[in-house]
Amino acid sequence: MKNFLITLIIILIPVKSFGLIEVDITRGNLNPLPIAVSPLSIDEESRKNFQNILKKKNIGSEISSIVENNLKVSGLFNPLNKDAFLQEPDIANLKPRFEDWNLIKAQALITGKVSYVEEKLRVEFRLWDVLAGKEMMALAFTTVPNNWRRVGHIITDKVYERLTGERGYFDTRIIYVAEEGPKTQRVKKLAIMDQDGANNKFLTLGNELVLTPRFNPTSQLVTYLSYFRNLPRVYLLDIETGTQEVVGDFPGMTFAPRFSPDGKKIIMSFAKDGNSEIYTMDLENRIVEKITNHPSIDTSPSYSPDGKFISFNSDRSGYQQIYVMKSDGSNVKRISFGKGIYGTPVWSPRGDLIAFTKLHKGKFYIGVMRTDGSGERLLTENFYQEAPSWSPNGRVLIFYRETKTDSKGKGFSAKLWSIDLTGYNERQVPTPTDGSDPSWSSLLSN
Amino acid sequence: MKLSKILKNGFLIVVACLALSACATSKKTTGQMQGDVYTGTDTVEYLASGVPDRVFFATNESVLTTASRETLRKQAAWLRKNSKITIVLEGHADERGTREYNLALGERRANAAKDYLMTYGISSDRISVLSYGKERPVDSGSNPLAWSKNRRSVTVKAN
Repeated sequence: MKNFLITLIIILIPVKSFGLIEVDITRGNLNPLPIAVSPLSIDEESRKNFQNILKKKNIGSEISSIVENNLKVSGLFNPLNKDAFLQEPDIANLKPRFEDWNLIKAQALITGKVSYVEEKLRVEFRLWDVLAGKEMMALAFTTVPNNWRRVGHIITDKVYERLTGERGYFDTRIIYVAEEGPKTQRVKKLAIMDQDGANNKFLTLGNELVLTPRFNPTSQLVTYLSYFRNLPRVYLLDIETGTQEVVGDFPGMTFAPRFSPDGKKIIMSFAKDGNSEIYTMDLENRIVEKITNHPSIDTSPSYSPDGKFISFNSDRSGYQQIYVMKSDGSNVKRISFGKGIYGTPVWSPRGDLIAFTKLHKGKFYIGVMRTDGSGERLLTENFYQEAPSWSPNGRVLIFYRETKTDSKGKGFSAKLWSIDLTGYNERQVPTPTDGSDPSWSSLLSN
Repeated sequence: MKLSKILKNGFLIVVACLALSACATSKKTTGQMQGDVYTGTDTVEYLASGVPDRVFFATNESVLTTASRETLRKQAAWLRKNSKITIVLEGHADERGTREYNLALGERRANAAKDYLMTYGISSDRISVLSYGKERPVDSGSNPLAWSKNRRSVTVKAN
């Protein structure tokens, strides 16, 4: 993560004025905002320098395509076709001719400039309100050239934040399980990629089964389940250094790990003699605490963002249902009472909702409910899907979906999907192989 | 409009009939299943002649059926005769459940088999338990018969 250093040089926040464009993200957006992303302009000398270093012909256009793709995938924006742009990128960045942009129905415009300064990549960009004819934001930053994709993501985050009033989620990564091979002998590896599917990297070799990776709050560590030496145990992995260590080495199986919101503890299940209970382990002093005490299956624990509560699923009522308790294990309350069985509760980063998997009449659903169980809303239905994970701003969920095989057992696939909290904008997240068990990182640049 | 309504009603009646007939037969032995517990032998391997290696479970259950108990008694007798052998009980679940819950369920199933073997005189020192949840199905189908084969505890020789 050290090379992610990005120096913010200028921050100009314009005075808030009335009548500027705003995007409402609380409703499903059927009319995405038309936005023009003008390619970032670049002088010939800088272009050649970056072509040498990064093997990209025009880094300015490459960065603006990342922004354009992010905006499009968010479902809230409609990036306009560049062929229709009338103004040259360099001139537009100085002073857009608003009537030209208005003519192609753009409501917002992004312009910018890339230059090569002392072996670094310097980017400035501006966001313009076309109808009001005003600059909404101008920002510049400098970073190492290899960070060029992240520059595109950070620009998107800033634009998204300025237009929606919410933090963005584009400069983030996804850790997941990459899958290959026949269904009866799947080979699984930990993999990490940027939120848009770029920079995919495998973190394990596939020699042992690995499941359910989850980031710590700073997204530098991952906790997961590994079947190394046929002993299913919770492990900790440092993404930068590649060091792995076992943290749940108890005589039995440890599984279903997650970090506490302060990153100091791992909460997990420990199964022994046919009974699964929830435990925490302090990563500093390795002190272990037993949180639940019931002869049923208690698993899939997840902390509230303030660390005061834990949600989990248990079959103590006879079937898998969602419960909430205080973080010391007291005050256990069942919160899911709808028809069907409920599992994999995950607390939203905003603290107000719990996302879950539900099985009812042979169909699997991803849904959300308030933390007291009220207001259940099912977002998507399918043959099999589970394990939602929240975007850091709590607006999007990523999960995995498996296909039904045919009568000969063929046609199996597992893919990552995302959907907005509104229930709109469901789409497959690109991965080089099949994938499952996704976990979304925090914002890397903050 | 009217025709589509008639068709729709007709369809509902057909569906209702199918549902009823499914209910009527659900507890009977249908081919290779009794209720939803697998009773066939397609996937079964043998630890020794006449000693099947696995037992099957109903959906979401870890209760041993009469047939399972019979199989485990045969395994116990064989283990008593071969006192040097140690075993791993591998617990599995079908694909119709969340991953983490299924890991716990597989562990519970393997332990149900372990407890039964212990009541027939097999020391817990000779038995270890390993849950695979839904990670290692034997049948890759997405249908009730395939799922019934996958809900299992398999006794594997460890030495």
